[in-house]
Amino acid sequence: MQLFVSQLLNGIGSGVVYGSIALALVLIFRVTGILNFAQGEMALFSTYVTWKLTEQDIPVAWAIVLSMAVAFVAGAVIERVLIRPVEEARSPLNVVIVTLGLFLAINSLVQLVFGTDPHSMDSPFPTGRFELFSSGGDAIEVQKQTVGLIVVLIAECVLLWLLLQRTRLGLRLRAVASNPDSSRLMGINAGAMLMVGWGLAAAIGAVAGSLVASAPGQAGFDSSLMQGILVYAFAAAALGGFDSLMGAVVGGLVVGVANALTIQYVGALDGIEVLLPLGLILAVLLVRPNGLFGRTTVERV
Amino acid sequence: MADPTVPGTEPETVPGTDPDHLLEPPRPDVEVSEGVEAAAQAEDTSVHGVPEVPPMPRPVFIARVVIGAALAFAALYAPYYFQEDMNKVLAQALYLAVAAMGLNLLTGFNGQVSIGHGAFFGVGAFTTAILMVDHGWMFEPTILVSALLTGLFGLLVGFPALRVRGLYLALVTLGLAVAFPAVAKRFVHGSGGVALVRPPRSEFGSLIDGVDDDQWKYAVCLVAVVLLFWAARNLVQSRTGRAMVAVRDQEIAATTVGVNLAATKVWTFGLSAAYAGVAGSLSVMVEGFADATNPIIYFQRSIEFLVAMTIGGAATILGPLVGALLVVLLRRNTSDLIEGKEVLSPALFGAALIAIVYVLPDGVVGGVKRLLARLGRRETSQRAQVGAPNT
Repeated sequence: MQLFVSQLLNGIGSGVVYGSIALALVLIFRVTGILNFAQGEMALFSTYVTWKLTEQDIPVAWAIVLSMAVAFVAGAVIERVLIRPVEEARSPLNVVIVTLGLFLAINSLVQLVFGTDPHSMDSPFPTGRFELFSSGGDAIEVQKQTVGLIVVLIAECVLLWLLLQRTRLGLRLRAVASNPDSSRLMGINAGAMLMVGWGLAAAIGAVAGSLVASAPGQAGFDSSLMQGILVYAFAAAALGGFDSLMGAVVGGLVVGVANALTIQYVGALDGIEVLLPLGLILAVLLVRPNGLFGRTTVERV
Repeated sequence: MADPTVPGTEPETVPGTDPDHLLEPPRPDVEVSEGVEAAAQAEDTSVHGVPEVPPMPRPVFIARVVIGAALAFAALYAPYYFQEDMNKVLAQALYLAVAAMGLNLLTGFNGQVSIGHGAFFGVGAFTTAILMVDHGWMFEPTILVSALLTGLFGLLVGFPALRVRGLYLALVTLGLAVAFPAVAKRFVHGSGGVALVRPPRSEFGSLIDGVDDDQWKYAVCLVAVVLLFWAARNLVQSRTGRAMVAVRDQEIAATTVGVNLAATKVWTFGLSAAYAGVAGSLSVMVEGFADATNPIIYFQRSIEFLVAMTIGGAATILGPLVGALLVVLLRRNTSDLIEGKEVLSPALFGAALIAIVYVLPDGVVGGVKRLLARLGRRETSQRAQVGAPNT
């Protein structure tokens, strides 16, 4: 029981990270209809910015905030300079190629600017554990780190929801997402909204990347930090439905927990644990082809 | 589409802006046959994406024969002209072209996007490696076995792909590419871990004999490319090919004219996977091993196929070959461009990709086609003016 709960909590801990990157992917997808392969590497770059700032004796929490600001600007610039000219040709595969090119370019730029040695930085959360429940010798504990991650993810979701549903900016973002041409006719600066969308996603990625890199279990990070995570984040987004923010978070948690429990309990899949979350996603998509929370679409001929 | 026989109209085609059609493959031929260009080739009434054969003017026919003969000569003479390392690079481009053509049949002509072809490639590579290392087979029969095996595997994947589409299909297949190295690691134990090293050339038989090792690699890949591209060309020009394109462009309309949607999609998936499998077999010959130590290697392969197909020109026959050559040569030339700054080479490669997509949105072959169409239009319009003195 104790083992089960601790594995569950581990799974939630990594699931939260998958969820936040998936959140960024879904945000870009919602606003611009693009699958951004460079999301992980954009987060990687921001993580290095955070690290560089902490080296200047800025507290980690403030470093993350500053790095979010940098990421916001960088994301907006990438959208304007690299993505939009290609997107105007209206060929989605070409946009995919551009994000793949970005993936390679950012990764090697990071290595050039910040070096290839692994780095480490302090976590913004206190170390140690909360004791949830104890009876006799058994105690169920949860790392403060995990709790911190969950709190941050919840805060991100609430803020995003408020932004999208309760502000004029959010209304404009949603209008551009649902119909760019009509929203332009209504006087919305659609280009600016696309830039905001990319900026927001980059900022969310900055938080997720910095938190992963500073986690106590992380022995140090280098330029391959986000690559494994990105695959699981894609899985999470597909599971939840690519147009649902809620779905991204739930998908992330499901993938994280499924992975942790498989590693612990399914001996037959030793070494190939990755098959279980993937099988799960396939099963979900076969029943609901647009993900758990995705909208179904009607095709007109 | 607007009436293609009315010159000067700009038909309003706005494909793929709806998020549900994200990753819908490009339709390069739509642009070419739009408006004025189409008027110049008014006899062009074929389905978009299928290269049609209009009655060919004599000079064009002669030019084609001359260019074709020159290219054939160059392809045959290349292994004797270049050094060993360049021959290996060319062989790499050729097997990459086979895989990219497989993906092109599926994505370019049939509209199903896959980022999982790396897995089929891997299955092909390991099939050939296992048969040769553990069972001492000669090389060529192993290609047939891996084509069959990956084809079957592709059919299996094709069935769930009927239900899941677009972006979701891309991500499910991505899972395939990520899972494959883990599975291979579990079940394959080669020398020094997961990698299976093929025996040296002198220890196994092959139908092509009596040439140096590097020339042999090139020759084997060249034969495969010629056969498989010829087959692909015939396929997409056939009734089946037209059905594939119809399914890509409009599924519901395709079913109403009697195309068997499920069969077309599943068989295309199987065939496409078989192409990737053959490419995997060839890669064992060229690289000398089948490897799964790097957990994302087959994901990277899938991306390579996608890039080669797109920058060469999706839904064209020569596109995958041109794209594969570009990818391999770009990578080779960016890797030692800057002395002492090797970390930058992926950045240059990435920047080159972005630049190509900027300049040639429908790929190299698409761009050339557009250029030729423009030249042809000028000529025909002049001829039309001369030939029509009285209105």
